[in-house]
Amino acid sequence: MNKEELKLRLEELSPPASFEEGAEWTTAIVDPAGWEGFARHLRSDAGLEFDYLFCVTAVDWRTYMTMVYHLTSTIHRHIMVVKVKLDRDRPEIPTVSHIWRTAEFHEREAFDLFGVVFSEHPDLRRLFMTDEWKGWPLRKDYEDPVNMIKL
Amino acid sequence: MDVVPQNIADKPFPGEVHPTAGGGILVTKLDEVINWARSNSLWPLVFGTSCCAIEMMSTAAAKYDWSRFGFEVARATPRQADVIIIAGTIVNKMAPVLKRLYDQMADPKYVIAMGACATSGGPFFYNTYSVVKGADHVIPVDVYVAGCPPRPEALLHALIALQKKIRGGVS
Repeated sequence: MNKEELKLRLEELSPPASFEEGAEWTTAIVDPAGWEGFARHLRSDAGLEFDYLFCVTAVDWRTYMTMVYHLTSTIHRHIMVVKVKLDRDRPEIPTVSHIWRTAEFHEREAFDLFGVVFSEHPDLRRLFMTDEWKGWPLRKDYEDPVNMIKL
Repeated sequence: MDVVPQNIADKPFPGEVHPTAGGGILVTKLDEVINWARSNSLWPLVFGTSCCAIEMMSTAAAKYDWSRFGFEVARATPRQADVIIIAGTIVNKMAPVLKRLYDQMADPKYVIAMGACATSGGPFFYNTYSVVKGADHVIPVDVYVAGCPPRPEALLHALIALQKKIRGGVS
């Protein structure tokens, strides 16, 4: 499906998503609460079948956070992006690791560096940082007086 | 390079040959001959942590060909290597690994810090939580190379500088 067809098809889904215009790929915006149900539709509905989650990103916008999921279908060869806005003080979102297995490690990385909590994740531990590490290094307000030299 | 006695370091071979009938007599010092032998057969460890390693591989390959100077036998084990070229960024998690590799190398052993990251942390000096600000915080370094990454010529120059240091008995 091309970008417009994909958008029309996605508008039939529930919960309804809003769309971001002007991006390279179809970009849907959903709530944290509706994300898991939406993801299940994307994974298995006929014609969509997004079977490959190829990028998971967390963004710290200082006042809020965003999770960005890039999906593609190896059957239909189409690509879409899903953005989920999170509360920066309590960034919590359902895991999609049972839908796309690759998310298990990607979500651990986002937890490790941004402190995003993925509820129902099977193994939410530190990935790159040591287990006893305090804080979330890639957040914009991160301070580490021992290891960091401020410019 | 001021500390290197130039007369020893720059000579192709240390000592003097006094010709006699049917051959000659060599007058030299054993230490200097050993250093000369070592300097001409330095086996590097296969070790690279980022983009400097690409330049290092280029230095080893046909176009720059560091085997012209005696570095061709790159070893995949520290037990058989003489020199470790720190080609890339050293992060806090890599530091104990680098220390262990260095400890596992047999004496005499030499270290070249290649590029800005290995020298000082380079572009990762400020505002980073994960990078070691210079590999010399972890292991002693004989020769530093500037560049980000240094060109193969610069690495060759560093290797030749190391040879001079060894021949001069400094390192």
